[in-house]
Amino acid sequence: MSYQVGIIGAGPSGYTAAIYASRANLNTVLFTGLEPGGQLMLTSDVENWPGEEHGILGPELMAKLRTQAGRFGAEIKELSVTAVDLISHPKKLTLSNGTVAECESVIIATGASAKWLDVHGEAKLRGRGVSACATCDGFFFKGKNVAVVGGGDSAMEEANFLTKFASSVTVIHRSAEFKASKIMLTRAQNNPKISFKMNAKVVEVLGEDRVTGLKIENLIDQTSADLPFDGLFVAIGHFPNSAIFANQLTVDRKGYITVLTGTTQTNIPGVFAAGDVVDHLYRQAVTAAGTGCIAALEAERWISHGA
Amino acid sequence: MKELSTTDFDSVISQSELPMVVDFWAPWCGPCKVMAPILESIAPDNQQLFTVGKVNVDDHGDLAMRFNVLSIPTFIVFKGGSEIGRFAGAAPAAVFVEKVKGILRG
Ligand SMILES: Cc1cc2nc3c(=O)[nH]c(=O)nc-3n(C[C@H](O)[C@H](O)[C@H](O)COP(=O)(O)OP(=O)(O)OC[C@H]3O[C@@H](n4cnc5c(N)ncnc54)[C@H](O)[C@@H]3O)c2cc1C
Repeated sequence: MSYQVGIIGAGPSGYTAAIYASRANLNTVLFTGLEPGGQLMLTSDVENWPGEEHGILGPELMAKLRTQAGRFGAEIKELSVTAVDLISHPKKLTLSNGTVAECESVIIATGASAKWLDVHGEAKLRGRGVSACATCDGFFFKGKNVAVVGGGDSAMEEANFLTKFASSVTVIHRSAEFKASKIMLTRAQNNPKISFKMNAKVVEVLGEDRVTGLKIENLIDQTSADLPFDGLFVAIGHFPNSAIFANQLTVDRKGYITVLTGTTQTNIPGVFAAGDVVDHLYRQAVTAAGTGCIAALEAERWISHGA
Repeated sequence: MKELSTTDFDSVISQSELPMVVDFWAPWCGPCKVMAPILESIAPDNQQLFTVGKVNVDDHGDLAMRFNVLSIPTFIVFKGGSEIGRFAGAAPAAVFVEKVKGILRG
């Protein structure tokens, strides 16, 4: 299999790159990985995607982008990329079915994934009370007591959302200061159903078939206590999906791929990166789409001029 | 694909000759919407192996509660009337079938 443009990732960034590259008549392939549609598949209403004046469901928007990419001839394959050789010519992508795709240029749009706490009981009880998506799972906690871990905007948003269902929401945060913006924090603090547990850390998720409680450590006096909860929502941020590239591309301290300012160019010519795998500041669908567009235009230029 | 309800759930599950994969879903759930056409598409190729049923958790919250479904979509595999495995979250067709086969292999 050989292509002019190989795109890794099927979020707003990857699909937009595929639309631009295939519309420019470049022979284009896109590998979706395990989450076709990317992060927006986890949300209901997207209200800030320009042109959708009444908002649009995340999965619906992603289905439209996919159809639009296919319309101009991009091949969309439900495979993951498991290893890459970005330095050789052409560049080689090893796929989850064991085959290798050869590409003149590569666009990395692998996005970011939710971080987990990595404590005992968490993995076992995922889908049984442990969740990273309040909009997906909040419904099951009608009249229940739930905890949200995190101190940023997404934690406050999850906490506020959960009060629609839960009878109480406890925000558990490691420090006494919040990263959340003032407006989001104030909204949570003014919500009578939300209480705060500061300087505290979840050290274990308790329960057999479903979450029944949390072991929480008080970081000031180092004591710990088992408290009853029916659910745990983890909102401690995201990490970039860059592990398979990190031995060839320059990444920053947190693993985000480094690009030349104002471009999507990585340290290897012909390799471009776009969306949340680069951007830890804005993390929006429209900015991911915007940089996906730039990546395709830069790939096109690179293919025709070799620069 | 069979829609299951509180009234017929137990009889359908226990009388099914093949293992049955039950999709716990709701109309407001994005990932569930993604899975609906995928389930339709894989059913014919796997009809020797398993059948597929659906439970709308909005209408049959008691079933969700009984099986501790706290996230959707959740897929529970039943064999001979009892649960033999489950997984949660949307997955592409090939991955979905592999997960079910993995559970069936035990
Ligand atoms: C709950 C939630 C709600 C949100 N709401 C909004 C909102 O209302 N408005 C807004 O603008 N933004 C919102 N966002 C943020 C937005 O979803 C992201 O900014 C955007 O999805 C980033 O797009 P992306 O294309 O960079 O990557 P992602 O959407 O993260 O997609 C990454 C893609 O890469 C694929 N991939 C990963 N590794 C591999 C591999 N090895 N091989 C092949 N493929 C791979 C994945 O399968 C996936 O398809 C929300 C995010 C979340 C989690």
